[in-house]
Amino acid sequence: MDPTQPNELVLLLVKIGYLTLLWAFVLLAVRAVRADVLGPTRRQARRGAGAPVGRGPTPRGPARPRVAQPRAGIQVPSALNAPNAYPPSKLVVTKGPLAGTVIPLTGEPITIGRAPDSTLVLDDDFASGRHARLVPHDGRWFVEDLNSTNGTFLEHTKVTTPMPVSLGAPVRIGKTVLEFRR
Amino acid sequence: MTLPPRRQWSANLTSAFARVPSPQGVELPPYRRSELVLLVAAGILTTAALSALTLAHDGHLTYHIATYALGFYVLWGFVHLAMRRFAPAADPLLMPLCAALNGLGLVMIYRLDLARSDAAKQAGRAIPPSAAHTQIVWTALSVIVFALVLALVRNHSTLARYTFTAGLAGLVFLCLPALPGIGATINGARLWLRVGPFSFQPSEISKILLAIFFAGYLRTFGALMSAHVVTKARRRSTGNAAAALTGAIRRLRPGAHGPGEPAAPADVTDSSGTYTGVISRVWSKGPRFYVPAILTWVAGLGVLVIERDLGSSLLFFGMFLVVLYVASERARFVVVGLGLFIAAALAAYHLFSHVQVRVDIWLHAFDGTNPSNKSYQLVQGLYGFAAGGITGTGLGRGHPNKVPFANTDFIMASLGEELGLTGVMAILMMYLLIVVRGMRVALTAPDPFGKLLATALAATLGIQVFVQVGGVMRLIPLTGVTLPFVSYGGSSLVANAAIIALLLRISDTVRRRQAEAQEVLEVEPDQVANVQTEIVRRVEVPETQETHEPAE
Repeated sequence: MDPTQPNELVLLLVKIGYLTLLWAFVLLAVRAVRADVLGPTRRQARRGAGAPVGRGPTPRGPARPRVAQPRAGIQVPSALNAPNAYPPSKLVVTKGPLAGTVIPLTGEPITIGRAPDSTLVLDDDFASGRHARLVPHDGRWFVEDLNSTNGTFLEHTKVTTPMPVSLGAPVRIGKTVLEFRR
Repeated sequence: MTLPPRRQWSANLTSAFARVPSPQGVELPPYRRSELVLLVAAGILTTAALSALTLAHDGHLTYHIATYALGFYVLWGFVHLAMRRFAPAADPLLMPLCAALNGLGLVMIYRLDLARSDAAKQAGRAIPPSAAHTQIVWTALSVIVFALVLALVRNHSTLARYTFTAGLAGLVFLCLPALPGIGATINGARLWLRVGPFSFQPSEISKILLAIFFAGYLRTFGALMSAHVVTKARRRSTGNAAAALTGAIRRLRPGAHGPGEPAAPADVTDSSGTYTGVISRVWSKGPRFYVPAILTWVAGLGVLVIERDLGSSLLFFGMFLVVLYVASERARFVVVGLGLFIAAALAAYHLFSHVQVRVDIWLHAFDGTNPSNKSYQLVQGLYGFAAGGITGTGLGRGHPNKVPFANTDFIMASLGEELGLTGVMAILMMYLLIVVRGMRVALTAPDPFGKLLATALAATLGIQVFVQVGGVMRLIPLTGVTLPFVSYGGSSLVANAAIIALLLRISDTVRRRQAEAQEVLEVEPDQVANVQTEIVRRVEVPETQETHEPAE
């Protein structure tokens, strides 16, 4: 009706263009959140290959945790003088994003947390940087919470002091559940 | 042994602004960089909206658009600088999202102004005053409030000291409009204060004050609850409740043990097995602990009855329930609370005619004479959504001005008409992101007060959006709350800016602490792993029993 009114097609394009822009903004915002929720993208992980990106070991798929190499010169408690006749030989992740991961036990303490130098690097909002550690003592393994924000649980009991972990007892840290197996 | 390389923070968006220094010598992650990128995008979004509107309305673009865009960047650039100064590690998403929503709202309010002035010109009447200009002034004010909150509240924990003061002030603010003289009834709800030419909605301020109060008050409640959980777990494992009871709760009312429990030795009575136990424990802490809860409940009902403010009472009640749930980790409280709310709502429906009218408007919107009478606004809004369809009519090409109060309560209908379902979904996504980021702040906060406060603030925003949009879309009865950041209205804008500023303050505290802890720990990474665990005393456990008792 108005002679100054622009072409119908132009207005249609403007309309579609604006909606695209609106969603582009939303996706840009989502992308910024994405790293928090799903870990870094493949590109970010590749870029961080030289210097490790703190968020997690691998971006997606069956994540492989970095298992610390056994260090020489530290006394390994021998199975012979241990009170427990069947010492566990491996730590298994039974639940969580790293489920299925097996860590062979070397007698070294195992640190668990989001920090990239942990033995088991978790990518979990509920986990603290240095969340908990598993320490061998007299042939038994103890779980100790390292003042984590959201706590470590041994069979539904919150770990406040070092507690002995028996074979098959679930240790829960955020979404991850671990247990010792023979 | 070589030290591992220093942890590098991943850049989320781009490294274009990588070399901006951060204060205090702490190497902070480039959150502000992400924020700046998003803020620029928000500015482009707003400018594009204004351009599309001008193109549709005038048929050509003018340089005025550039002026407005500049204004947008000056205002929010100021906020960005304030954040760089006062909250360098805070969440990068919250502020740009608010800026985008605010910009979108401004364009829509301006668009409705245009429609009104066009109508006035055609009818030969005087052109009504521009709402968009007022809104710009309020935006500027809210930006200043935003910076002030960040500058003055340097640590959110200090707010915990004012728990009861905030609660009292919140209730007073809530009840102020009911007083004759300063209270004013606008659009059928008595929730305004009028001092001279300024009208102000104090319930928006009490939203923040009550969030502080709920967080501070229920923090103690949460401690009571977790003591209850620990005792229960210990009793399950030892079978000896009285001996295992430790920690926070020692002074219990004698004789307040739950049913079926043997009466324990005189000074340690375990009443934790039941919910009545928890309630009696709260009771036993003295009037300080239950009077506020009762007062809140009474005030909530008072707001509903005297001020006829359905929206606010729903908002406060929802906030209380969410914080109670997070503090206690008990879904049962939510169920009981919802039951109480439904009972109260039914009672209100039968007792008060204005509630009946609201429900009638909602349930029978298209019946009888309602569409042209009581439900006129709602039905026009729904027609607006219908006219918009999937992609909308395009900015400036619909008729959102046909809906009464299109720039406050029904701005979502205006947006739905011109941006369509696609646009409305994008806007709701932005709100969702704000709430998600707020909840994430709560998740990472180390102190219970910060956790609960962030939860309360994020939940308030979420509930407000739900109540508002649900009302406009006829999912729930229409209530008189505003759409945060978008609706025309100064008090709402300022209060929501303060809410976001508080969330950012908590987020900053959390992330800064994390970064500093990282810094300290990075020096000797192996020390934590190799320190000998010290066991103070070993507990002798029978071999047959599961050995998961804590060594005490």
